[in-house]
Amino acid sequence: MVLANINRAVGPPWNVWSDQNDSLSQRDVGMLQVYCESNQEVFDTVLHSFWVSEQLMLPTMLVLDAFYLSHTCEIVEVMEPDEARAYLPPYEPKHFLSPDHPTAFGNLTAPDSYYELRYQIDRDLRRGIELMRQADQRFEEVFGRSYGIIEEYRTEDADLLVVTSGTITGTARVVIDECRDAGKRVGLVKMRLFRPFPADDVCRILRPAKKVAVIDRNIGFSIGGIFAQEIRAALFSAGIHLPVFGFIAGIGGRDVTPDTIHEIVDQTEHMDAPDQEVYWIGVKHEQLHHTR
Amino acid sequence: MSNCIIPDRELMSSGHLGCQGCGAGHAMRFALKGLGPKSILVMPACCWSVIDGPFPHSSLGVPLFHTAFETAGSTASGIKAGLVMRGDTETEVVAWAGDGGTFDIGLQALSGAAERNEDIIYVCYDNEAYMNTGIQRSGATPAGAWTTTTPTAHPKEHPKKKMLDILVAHSIPYATTTSIAYPEDMVAKFKKVRKIRGTRFVHIFAPCPTGWKTAPEYTIELARLATESHLFPLLEVYDGERWEIAKPQRVRSVADYVKLQGRFRHLKDEDIEKMQKEVDENWERLLAKESLNSIKKH
Repeated sequence: MVLANINRAVGPPWNVWSDQNDSLSQRDVGMLQVYCESNQEVFDTVLHSFWVSEQLMLPTMLVLDAFYLSHTCEIVEVMEPDEARAYLPPYEPKHFLSPDHPTAFGNLTAPDSYYELRYQIDRDLRRGIELMRQADQRFEEVFGRSYGIIEEYRTEDADLLVVTSGTITGTARVVIDECRDAGKRVGLVKMRLFRPFPADDVCRILRPAKKVAVIDRNIGFSIGGIFAQEIRAALFSAGIHLPVFGFIAGIGGRDVTPDTIHEIVDQTEHMDAPDQEVYWIGVKHEQLHHTR
Repeated sequence: MSNCIIPDRELMSSGHLGCQGCGAGHAMRFALKGLGPKSILVMPACCWSVIDGPFPHSSLGVPLFHTAFETAGSTASGIKAGLVMRGDTETEVVAWAGDGGTFDIGLQALSGAAERNEDIIYVCYDNEAYMNTGIQRSGATPAGAWTTTTPTAHPKEHPKKKMLDILVAHSIPYATTTSIAYPEDMVAKFKKVRKIRGTRFVHIFAPCPTGWKTAPEYTIELARLATESHLFPLLEVYDGERWEIAKPQRVRSVADYVKLQGRFRHLKDEDIEKMQKEVDENWERLLAKESLNSIKKH
């Protein structure tokens, strides 16, 4: 099963624009999660996701930003049905509802069995890292397009790595190019696969840098951006001591412009280490109401 | 509906987790005798989510899909569509929900399925409260009844929701009531619904000794009294317009029904008289509906 989730802000208050709190609040339900940057990537990821989900027997949530992708038009290259079938053969489920072999699905499961079933979900979901990598590689062999489970953009010799997900990545590429033109050693890391969390890949890619700036279009209230949290945990577990700056931007559809990302790069460059767990970029302080 | 032969084949085994004297157990046993093995059950949260038995066991000889409380109508629609895509047009998909999952929480999904005239059977086994979670009132709880959320100092004020009327208002091909006191009627109606296409609604009266504070041995007697007192008439409605109402051979008083039950123990004689008056009025209305059949187009 593949579920396409269009990232929309959650209430309160009511807002129909984009942020990731809806999907990230579901990060621990046992689904894979893939965050997409463009409509072509969304289309291609549908095929990747079915290929992986059908093997793991776990559902995939592919995630795309509201409005930036869901309400805009982009040209998408669509393959012939035969080509798609060659990549994704017809699915033969192992388990299905049939009067020929009566089975109860999803029934009450007591502590003596529930624990093991949840263990199996954890074990199987972890296999999704390699399967998603293979799905992408197979796709490249057939269709010539590849995204990786994490994409590195101009990360060679970078002192500062900016980490993004979703459509903010497209804007960040432009900023990285401008920074490189100005002689700054800045690179970009796009998180595509979020569940299962590719901790080894994250550590391998970030280890050579001196600083990391994570841009989260989401907020784990009182603890900071959710991508930043998980990246910090992965680095810490691997014994890698890197300053990770957590930036919140774009929540509820607030525009994230090249200037926003330049501000993030500049702030990170001018500090040795973060002095706060999280930096909210562009808060209009004059609009804030004071709590009693 | 008489002279029905009840099939010997059992599709429900012993070892299930129903309480002593559980009416819902009888409902399932006879429903499956009528439906036969070519059936798939869709079960939202309800007593039967538990009664069937914990993983890896099931007390039923038909496949069963547990789903969320509010989704019986939509899940059943989806499973039916899946079967048809796989080329199976014979297997019946049967949503099997309690009164909470039908009258209250699942009403939207059920209404959607009925409005689309999905080719499914929707069964509500009605024990008149959320019994599985500890006897909380539902939209099916009758006025005057005690539940844990309508204690005797504040018994339920509002009358039982007229669920069948709501389904009839969708103009579905067939809507019916039946009762565990009349197994022949249940089996015959479940055999009959298999031959009808489109959305079919079956409302089964299924007393609950645990929640009604009654002795387990009175379960079937109570169900019979409910019908004989005109409180739960057995009827069939075709295409949302043609009503056929079974007239009990012997008519009993509402008091006979009420006095066997602990949940009504606090009621005074005048309360019971008021119930009787309401039941009589509802019965008259029903007969009036039936009398309109002759002027309908056919």
